[in-house]
Amino acid sequence: MKNKKKSFGGLGQLTIPVIALCLLVIFNLVRDMLFIYYFKDPNYVSFFSIELTKNNLDNMVFAGNLISIINGASELAILAMGMTLVTAACGGQDISVGAAAAIAGSVFVKIIKMSPWVNGIVVLFAFVCACIVAMIFGSFNGTLVAIFKIQPMIATLILYTCGRSIAYWINGGATPTVSSPVISAIGSFIPGIPIPTPVLIVIAMAIVFKLLFKFTALELFTQSVGINQSAARLNGINSTFIKLLSFIILGVCVAVSGCIGVSRLGLINHETLLLDIEMDTILAVAIGGNNLGGGKFKISGSILGAYVIQMLTITLYSMKVSSTDVKAYKAIVIILLVVIGSPVVKEKFGKLMSKLLGNRSKTAVKGA
Amino acid sequence: MKRFKAMVMAGVLALTLVLSACGAGGGSGSGGSGGLIKVGVINNPPSESGYREANVKDMESVFSQANGYELKTFYSLKNDEQLQAAQGFITEGVDYLLISAAETTGWDEVLTKAKEAGIKVFLFDRMIDVDQSLYEAAVVSDMAKEGETAVNWLLSQNLGTYNVIHIQGAMGSDAQIGRTGALQAQFDAGKMNMVVQQTATWDEAEAKKIVESVINSGADFNVIYAENDGMAKGAVAALDEAGITHGVNGKVVVMGFDCNRWALRELLAGNWNYDGQCSPFQAQIISDIIQGKTTISSKIIINEEKGFDAATLTQADIDTYGLGE
Repeated sequence: MKNKKKSFGGLGQLTIPVIALCLLVIFNLVRDMLFIYYFKDPNYVSFFSIELTKNNLDNMVFAGNLISIINGASELAILAMGMTLVTAACGGQDISVGAAAAIAGSVFVKIIKMSPWVNGIVVLFAFVCACIVAMIFGSFNGTLVAIFKIQPMIATLILYTCGRSIAYWINGGATPTVSSPVISAIGSFIPGIPIPTPVLIVIAMAIVFKLLFKFTALELFTQSVGINQSAARLNGINSTFIKLLSFIILGVCVAVSGCIGVSRLGLINHETLLLDIEMDTILAVAIGGNNLGGGKFKISGSILGAYVIQMLTITLYSMKVSSTDVKAYKAIVIILLVVIGSPVVKEKFGKLMSKLLGNRSKTAVKGA
Repeated sequence: MKRFKAMVMAGVLALTLVLSACGAGGGSGSGGSGGLIKVGVINNPPSESGYREANVKDMESVFSQANGYELKTFYSLKNDEQLQAAQGFITEGVDYLLISAAETTGWDEVLTKAKEAGIKVFLFDRMIDVDQSLYEAAVVSDMAKEGETAVNWLLSQNLGTYNVIHIQGAMGSDAQIGRTGALQAQFDAGKMNMVVQQTATWDEAEAKKIVESVINSGADFNVIYAENDGMAKGAVAALDEAGITHGVNGKVVVMGFDCNRWALRELLAGNWNYDGQCSPFQAQIISDIIQGKTTISSKIIINEEKGFDAATLTQADIDTYGLGE
């Protein structure tokens, strides 16, 4: 029976995000074919074309839709990693990540602006400060959830509501700007490396998580707390601490994505920085096949989920769909994905498959 | 009951004030302590936006003690709090009441009281739904004119063909409607080609993604019309990464709005071409009317909208008209 379940798609939890990605790729391939061979549009540029161009700072950099996708999804992917952990441990989601990122970004800008000059060390220091602040806010959320046993969505609603006001207090009204080669290296390209830096940061974060899971029991502990808190506690796992820790780790992710968001343009707008990202983050976790009720999880699924969302957005943009409509299309696709990934459909599909396979094996036996 | 008492008290106070003002001869509003003109300003809080921050600062600097004013201020986003504050200013006995209301309704009663108390009312930035007899003048912005100014500037550049990427603000906001209108008219008339028209809801990062997708599609464009500075900055970031030149002597004309100081500095450096502004500076106009330096023919005064061209911008302009830092 166990074997059968695995044979559903063969990828286990990653089936849904991989199928979604494949569908998007096929869709764009078909569109490419149509335009190139059917309409014979000479000005049409393939969705998948990547070219090496010289940017205005005289660096050779890659450009193209695929680069836009992996670059643009960076903040989302990083937040999704942390969110997966919180979801797994607490069985609920943090909806304050966007607001907290605005706070972290504001701290980052504030520290840099306080310094008379900007170099790598100042930026690093500012980032560390942003991290600490984000971790403090993370532990605030974590305390409400882990110790006071408040529903995660309600607990984080507080910061969701007031977070951007706090960000305003840090820097004041207008949009403060910071400009420095170091900042643009973080937000766009490091001279000599043609891959956008945010992509490299995502890879680095993924490696950090991988190592964390390899050398500590965090993954196992988080899963057991998420599956059955009491059983975990009886086995000597401090479930309160694990929950708190998941929020603090999410805090680090928030700080990293906030700082990337600021560095991209060298400007912080506390009202729009990573606006509405919390919903996309939760979606990424859901598309990644993770149970939003906690328990088993796969961070790689959430990362793929983030890329699915971004690829969908960029695909729609490249079709010149109005950005107000993009949200509606996104909703349709996401409803489909979530329904397909739901246990009910999975079970029905599994039964159907086993029936078909069973019949075939029977006929095969008969034939022999 | 308490409320009734308070109203009676306020009425009595207002009456005594009127009487005392009459007794003093009411020397054209210059009554009050030490010959200072008492001005009460009711506004939205500076945290609302960069625009409001500049607006508040402008009020505070024009109606300063050095200019012969005694300024009282109250800032709130809530209409009822503003109404209470207005009541308070009337009770205290200001000479002039300046109002930028949170909402357009509910002001009849307070403004009638102000009139009875002999207080002259000016509206600035936002209109209120009341009879014109209740205020002296309203100094307001015409958002549509702001867009027209910008589009006329663009037309005066004689680019030959206009292939425009139009990045809109949050749909339905006053600023978006005003800034979109004039450009949309050009699209409709066929004088300019719309490469893409998308809203980025004032979000810089979204603006960058929109421009990126246009670049990736290989479409040709030579104008970026972004409805605020942040989105223009996002668009320019996308151009920079793709190695497309912009600004003065560049391939792409970059236009923004709001006139943040940092944006005007981009203009001065020649990275952008144009920045338009919905002027937050109404204080001087009102001050001139109070002091009798200008006489008004109409009760509604449309504030002149500024637009800056990179070719003619000076550092002095940035210092005077720039918002924020």
